[in-house]
Amino acid sequence: MVAATEQGTPSPPMRRWRDSAAAGALVATLVIACALALSGAPFVLPVLIGAIVTAFAALVRPRAEHRIAAERARSHETARAGIQAVMSGIADPVVVLDSQGNVTMFNSQAKVAMPQLVIGRSFSFAVRSPEVVGAVESVLRDGTVAETEFHEKVPVERSFEVRATPVRIDAALGADASGAIEIVMLFRDVTAARRLERMRADFVANASHELRTPLASLYGFIETIEGPAKNDPSAQARFLAIMREQARRMSRLIDDLLSLSRIELKEHVQPTEEVRLDSVLSEVVDTLTPLAQECRTKIEVDGLNRVLVTGDRDELIRVFENLIENAVKYGQSGGRVEVSIADAERAVSVTVRDYGPGIAPEHLPRLTERFYRVDVVESRQKGGTGLGLALVKHILNRHKARLLVRSELGAGATFEVVFPKSAPEAST
Amino acid sequence: MADHIVRAFDTDLDTLSRGVAELGGLAESMTTRAIEALVRQSPTMANEVIALDARLDALQQELEEKAVLTIARRQPMAVDLRAVIAAIRVTHDLERIGDLAKNICKRVLAITGLVQTPKLVKGVEHLSQLVLTQLKDVLDAYVERDAEKALAVWEHDENVDALYTSLFRELLTYMMEDPRNIGVCAHLLFCAKNIERMGDHATNVAENVYYLVTGAKLQAERVKADTTSLEKPMSAT
Ligand SMILES: Nc1ncnc2c1ncn2[C@@H]1O[C@H](COP(=O)(O)OP(=O)(O)O)[C@@H](O)[C@H]1O
Ligand SMILES: [Mg+2]
Repeated sequence: MVAATEQGTPSPPMRRWRDSAAAGALVATLVIACALALSGAPFVLPVLIGAIVTAFAALVRPRAEHRIAAERARSHETARAGIQAVMSGIADPVVVLDSQGNVTMFNSQAKVAMPQLVIGRSFSFAVRSPEVVGAVESVLRDGTVAETEFHEKVPVERSFEVRATPVRIDAALGADASGAIEIVMLFRDVTAARRLERMRADFVANASHELRTPLASLYGFIETIEGPAKNDPSAQARFLAIMREQARRMSRLIDDLLSLSRIELKEHVQPTEEVRLDSVLSEVVDTLTPLAQECRTKIEVDGLNRVLVTGDRDELIRVFENLIENAVKYGQSGGRVEVSIADAERAVSVTVRDYGPGIAPEHLPRLTERFYRVDVVESRQKGGTGLGLALVKHILNRHKARLLVRSELGAGATFEVVFPKSAPEAST
Repeated sequence: MADHIVRAFDTDLDTLSRGVAELGGLAESMTTRAIEALVRQSPTMANEVIALDARLDALQQELEEKAVLTIARRQPMAVDLRAVIAAIRVTHDLERIGDLAKNICKRVLAITGLVQTPKLVKGVEHLSQLVLTQLKDVLDAYVERDAEKALAVWEHDENVDALYTSLFRELLTYMMEDPRNIGVCAHLLFCAKNIERMGDHATNVAENVYYLVTGAKLQAERVKADTTSLEKPMSAT
């Protein structure tokens, strides 16, 4: 940006030209007057010529000055446009504020990170975090660089390192020598790094907590096989089958925890691919048909016309796998599961409906919490980890989509995923 | 000359709105940090938040005085008057949210080291994220003067209530399961109650934003949703 301001300052040569024009007019007047006086011409003529030249000089100066001012304003604009262009080439969000803390320029990265940015409005309307507000105030007060961090917790967690630097752009452009202070705000997205730190801790805590129980029971079986059941092959076979199931559950748990961590890491980055939702659904239904048959449940699909949403195909497969699998597993007493797509004006929505036992209202708001299960024993028996809907929620968060759950005890459950069609909408 | 007065008034209003946004930012930050203090069981963080409350109160009073001066000096009409009145009301709700955050932190100091199972605070954390989302959305609605967004916040308050009810039952269950949990769970119940009330204040702000933009009042009598059809909005846990 410094380079841009220097390139955009053509005023010194301009000033020189103006001065030399005025000086030239004066010198010319003197020279002509002297020449005429020497040549002994009549008295009137030199006065006349002198007057004309002076008038010319007088005309030249203001007109040149006017033109220069206009040109300078134009070059000032050009220089600012140049700054804007340079800013657009910076991968991090950059915002420029005037001496009142109002926004004067920003790049597209800044608009993505701070959708409330509007030129001419106070920066506090876009970022109201006390740390950032304080940094702006301190730069304006002390005229020195301020550094801080900016964290946002909802709708998705984000962190930025912020550097607020005082600059005098107008003074540098020569437009206004006293040029008021402006602030360049540079944001560096450190979300991924911060998340990684926190998630390593979370992962260790969750994994150790959740794996301890099945591990303890594995040890129990091993001891039994080595001891009391040492000579009982039929008991050994039974225990080994249980142990295999336990081990499977443990590895599923680790898989789910890893998937969850991976999603959380990129939750703040919205996917950009176009995905055919209908083909995602038919693929998921195909995969789950064997399980459905095992549970004597029929999956009925409705309205599978070509529908596009912006998303990540593999992640969307995980979402519908989880929802349909839950419907089949927990709602099998209903004998059927209905899956349908509705493509409306403002949103595309997918509904998964079962006719099983349903979910009591006090559990509805809790289902997407990690490890939350209505019935822990039932979930364990069915190979659940209690992480399925947590994963669904994080994936949908990343897609800026919503999950609606409706249920009534004894009348089945409906899980609806809504993909809004309008421009990016930050939250529900 | 008239033009000059109009512009000066616009600047007054802008300064006021900006102050409200900044006050909101402070209330948001206090709430976020209070919950973090609770989840991490950190008395240091709790004390920091408690200390911030005085600043919030001072800012709120300053803004209120500014608003009153604006009314006295400019005698605004119609939408401008609504803007000033809404600003005053909104600052009151934000100040209350700060108080509630402070109260949570005082409880954190009381239970630090006593919360054995992280499971206990998980539900409270979930509730707080719902309420923080409400608060963020309503403050965004305020700076954008977006009545529709305010209405959405107002409508989503029932999700907060539903989650609170569920949490209440869960904590009661823990208390009955093991009497040693009673002390901690009682504090957590009050924390949850405080958060639920923050949600109510966010709803009040939504009403004021709606009034400011449209001049109309949101129906005071909320249509009670049947509990059988609960909308579950997204919120990170
Ligand atoms: N369609 C459904 N009908 C009834 N209960 C359900 C349904 N889907 C989910 N649940 C409940 O929600 C809980 C959480 O689901 P999930 O996160 O997928 O974990 P998991 O299936 O591994 O237990 C389940 O344990 C179950 O109690
Ligand atoms: Mg599941």
